[in-house]
Amino acid sequence: MSNASETVTSLSSETRAGVIGVHGVTKRFPGVIAVNNVSLTFHQGEVHVLLGENGAGKSTLVGILSGLQEPDEGYLSLNGKKIRLASPSASLDAGISTVFQHSMLVPTLTVLENLTLGAPWYERPPRARIAARMEELKREFALSLPLDAIVGELSLGQQQQIEIARALLRDSKVLILDEATSMLTPQGAHELGERMQKLVKSGLAVIFITHKLAEAYRYGNRISVLKQGALAGEMVPDQLKSMSEDQAVDEIVRLMFGREAGAGSTEQRNSTKRDDTVLKLENLSTQGDADVMGIADISLILQAGEIVGVAGIDGNGQKQLAEAMAGQRPLNSGRVELDGEDITSATVAQRRRKGLRYLTDDRLAEGSVAAFPISENTVLKDIGQPPFWVNGLERPQRIAQHARELIARFSVHAPGETTPIGRLSGGNIQKVLLGRELLGEARVVVFNKPTYGLDLKNIDTSRQRISEIAERGLAVLLISTDLDELMALSDRIAVMEGGRIRGIVKNDGSGEALRLRIGRMMAGEEDYKQATA
Amino acid sequence: MSGLLTEAFLSSLLTGAIVAAIPILLAGLGEQMSEKAGVLNIGIEGMMLMGAYVGFLVAFETNSLWLGFLGGILGGVLTAIVMAVLCVRLGLNQIVIGIGLTLGVEGLTALLHHFQFSRTYPRLPAPERLNIPGLTDLPVIGPSLFGRHLIVYLALIAVVVLAYLYRRTNLGMTLSAAGERPAALDVAGGNVLGIRVVAVLFTGAMAGLGGAYLANIGAGLFIPFMTGGAGFIGIVLAMLARGRPLWVLIGSLIFGAALSLTTALQVAGSNIPTDVIQMLPFAAVMLVLVLFGRRAKLPAALGAAYERGAR
Ligand SMILES: Nc1ncnc2c1ncn2[C@@H]1O[C@H](COP(=O)(O)OP(=O)(O)O)[C@@H](O)[C@H]1O
Ligand SMILES: [Mg+2]
Repeated sequence: MSNASETVTSLSSETRAGVIGVHGVTKRFPGVIAVNNVSLTFHQGEVHVLLGENGAGKSTLVGILSGLQEPDEGYLSLNGKKIRLASPSASLDAGISTVFQHSMLVPTLTVLENLTLGAPWYERPPRARIAARMEELKREFALSLPLDAIVGELSLGQQQQIEIARALLRDSKVLILDEATSMLTPQGAHELGERMQKLVKSGLAVIFITHKLAEAYRYGNRISVLKQGALAGEMVPDQLKSMSEDQAVDEIVRLMFGREAGAGSTEQRNSTKRDDTVLKLENLSTQGDADVMGIADISLILQAGEIVGVAGIDGNGQKQLAEAMAGQRPLNSGRVELDGEDITSATVAQRRRKGLRYLTDDRLAEGSVAAFPISENTVLKDIGQPPFWVNGLERPQRIAQHARELIARFSVHAPGETTPIGRLSGGNIQKVLLGRELLGEARVVVFNKPTYGLDLKNIDTSRQRISEIAERGLAVLLISTDLDELMALSDRIAVMEGGRIRGIVKNDGSGEALRLRIGRMMAGEEDYKQATA
Repeated sequence: MSGLLTEAFLSSLLTGAIVAAIPILLAGLGEQMSEKAGVLNIGIEGMMLMGAYVGFLVAFETNSLWLGFLGGILGGVLTAIVMAVLCVRLGLNQIVIGIGLTLGVEGLTALLHHFQFSRTYPRLPAPERLNIPGLTDLPVIGPSLFGRHLIVYLALIAVVVLAYLYRRTNLGMTLSAAGERPAALDVAGGNVLGIRVVAVLFTGAMAGLGGAYLANIGAGLFIPFMTGGAGFIGIVLAMLARGRPLWVLIGSLIFGAALSLTTALQVAGSNIPTDVIQMLPFAAVMLVLVLFGRRAKLPAALGAAYERGAR
């Protein structure tokens, strides 16, 4: 503690004004820099909104502030003093309460027990005290909960209320809400917004994470945008106050989805679209649950030689759409038509044989068997089919020959066809899987994030191949979270948000304007009718 | 089969049931706490055997049954420390370590016993019994229910005390949280690893006491491998009892009756083949598992090590 005063003086004046400071914090996980040299200050009396796409590092930052993770580099400060939050209880003691993105309730316990969780084991539950405090919360914040209900039997919205109540009961100085409105009704979200404003008026600092830009503007006093772990921009209170909602949303979209300075421009490919319709989706819907979003009313037409891009923040139903098309996910309703034939009830294998191919984004877990040689992986989806199996017997020679051809044709860098596929780099696994999907008479190829996690050279080759596939007259559905990729390759771009198509825009090469328009739709800010071209 | 319903037969059946029930009751109560907290404590068989060995040795050397029980608890706890360090602190696989621990203790105690006593099995003097004038003299139930060693009644009190702690204090909810969703307990400021260590050590203490009872009261001597699966029956009981100590008691009495029926039938000299009789308790285990196994509701994080911040 001898150097405490030293640390105080070394902090900037901006830091001293805030309750909590994050100073040059970096956090790495295997293969990814989740938070990259981020410095932020959270002030008393402010709702500070953190925005950013999925994977931008928001929750990791929350984890660091709540004592779940410790930064690899950089440090935190509390009221201008350097502080180490080595455990959740250290964070609670520092006056920081967190409502996490993922439920931190015990479903088998009652509401009361969940509210008292963490108390010494030998004590008796302080029922009367909690009940009295809940009365206060009810009066102040219109928050009421059935204390004796089993948490697992309540709705997800109610469960989120419990977590918010638990944080409020702690009388903390800082309240963190990580996507706390995701399960609330619009009315509930509005109430939460008012609650946050009340709390900051009483001197708290609130850190609020949301995906809804309008919420960010309405309830936030200050906005910071994270992009791939790094701070991409900040809007200070004065700036926000001087803007209308539309202006603010535009600015946020620019910060979140705008082209970074210095990124090379990608040339738009020439359309090879023909007139015949290959694939028709009518009103596809699937069941969602707590973990995966369902899709609703997806209608889309793919023409021969056409690339249709699917844009959207990761996790807005894109994967479910791809799986529904491939027959891997049951439909609640809707119809799939391939070359005029109804294939709605066709199995995965039947669809594949008819020419509908799906390249998953999960190359290792879903796309291949890592420990199997490349050769086996090239025929994984054709087990039992000629020419690789004859009369139920595997033909290893034939499979090996096929694999060698594929390795040569797709320039896979591998020692040989007997190498386990798990030993290859992501780009080379991707080439093998692409080769597999193009085998035989392909008509439509669905790509799910085909260049995700690849290096620049492999990204280029992959995009080149996707172009070539369209040139050959196949229809391509290209799901990607990379707007540059979509704008370089697609004829049209469908934007998904909340499991629905928000709009389909023609990729007319209008560059930045189109990009921002897509960005708005991705954030759920532009509605369907306006957007449909 | 005419002699089956005699007073002697019924009395020995009841006595046997209680004597056989107490060790698995203690083991079941102990295992229950571990499982509530999310640790599947397969090592309990080893803890019990260690308790039997140490408990017998202490009682034999000091001539005090009570010191013997203390020794049993100590033996169980020492074995449980290994489990707590490896499985809770270091997060190693609970099944592998549990089985290893049991096998290790089986070998170790057999070896040590052989060194000390070679091939002899010295006996302890018969334990002093409770004597409640009036009650103990009742026919059939008198000696079996009211003439047992004091430790039997302490085991029954433990059922009540645990039921109270689980229901009325934060202990039950803290254990459940550690077993259902440890991350939730962690972020609420609770100590997941701490409560799990406590639970595992408690299991060791209870299993060790059960083992000491088995050796010092049940048999009056130590024989290598003498627990013979009693710890595993405790695991089954804990899994079926859905967190309720009273259900462990009921279950242990049923299994105890099945176990004692084997001896009672043999003593009564019935003409059922001995092999069939000895199958009885295990048939009972199977039957109960078939009937109620599906109703066992286990904690969501049972068997999974907790590591903060991992996903
Ligand atoms: N415990 C973890 N182990 C490994 N990788 C992680 C872990 N937590 C987060 N990540 C990775 O760090 C990045 C940032 O994730 P996260 O902070 O959850 O983003 P956000 O909350 O903005 O969606 C992602 O690439 C994610 O996969
Ligand atoms: Mg997050």
